[in-house]
Amino acid sequence: MRSHLILRVVSKLLIPFLLLFALYVQFHGDFGPGGGFQAGVIVAAAFVLYALIFGLKTIQKVIPPALLEVLVPMGVLIYAGVGVATWILGGNFLDYNMLDSHDPSHGQHLGILLVEAGVLVTVASTMLLIFYTFAGRGR
Amino acid sequence: MEFLINLVLLLFLAAVTFAVIGVRNLFAVVILGGAYSFLMATLLIAMDAVDVGMTEAAVGAGVSTVLLLSALHLTNTEEAAARHSNVLPLALSLLTGAALIYGTWGLPDYGMADTAVNTYVGQQYLERSIPETTVPNVVTSVLASYRGYDTLGETTVIFTAGIGVLMLLRGRRPRKDKETSTGGDAT
Repeated sequence: MRSHLILRVVSKLLIPFLLLFALYVQFHGDFGPGGGFQAGVIVAAAFVLYALIFGLKTIQKVIPPALLEVLVPMGVLIYAGVGVATWILGGNFLDYNMLDSHDPSHGQHLGILLVEAGVLVTVASTMLLIFYTFAGRGR
Repeated sequence: MEFLINLVLLLFLAAVTFAVIGVRNLFAVVILGGAYSFLMATLLIAMDAVDVGMTEAAVGAGVSTVLLLSALHLTNTEEAAARHSNVLPLALSLLTGAALIYGTWGLPDYGMADTAVNTYVGQQYLERSIPETTVPNVVTSVLASYRGYDTLGETTVIFTAGIGVLMLLRGRRPRKDKETSTGGDAT
């Protein structure tokens, strides 16, 4: 893909905005449409676009497969960890009200934010890892 | 106006479907599949299901199209000629389609307030979400707070799927290398 100048320039311009949009979808999930899953697939799509234009070797320099293999279980761990944290704080599993002792609704927002972060990490890294293994075969 | 938009989108969907059936080149089929997903995402947005539309656009049209293309890279891009007669699959498809269309007659009108979906639990969520969680987007509060267990399960499913694909696709390669490279280190 060395010669596709227009594709390279346009995708270089697009990718920062794709990632920014993913972050918006992630952090605005309480108020507008979106959330961890949607943000995760948008992040994955942005990196896949990068890989399509600049090649698998380049993207693996940005995000090595070994890092992804850590991130895939990390997301589930973050999610379940929030549950365990609410347990320790004296509530039920995933009872976000416990996360803020002064205002339960702040606890809800914090809990949802953390849990959605876990979903984002697992979804984005799983999608990318599947792409890596597919694209890395037969070469 | 909304009727017109839905009509145009559904007609496009039908056109893409017939194109997928007719085209023999699998590369074209994959791209048409991406177009189908984009149309479906637009239709979902027209039905106010923005969350699902976003997912459909990113997964259906984006990531899975790329995955199918990378799978095509490993195989032949021309569809092989059918070994058996197409009559039975066609009859089965038509029968299933007819059964599904018959099923839609039993559905309530779109957006009706007094359906089972919109009354019992759904009504409770809509009424209690703001006082209990102060999250204005009820989809998020149901998904992450009220149904947090389910979403934890879903995340685990994605994790399991990723690990499964990884083991299936990567586990085999060292053995293949051993066969071709007469001993030596497989990695």
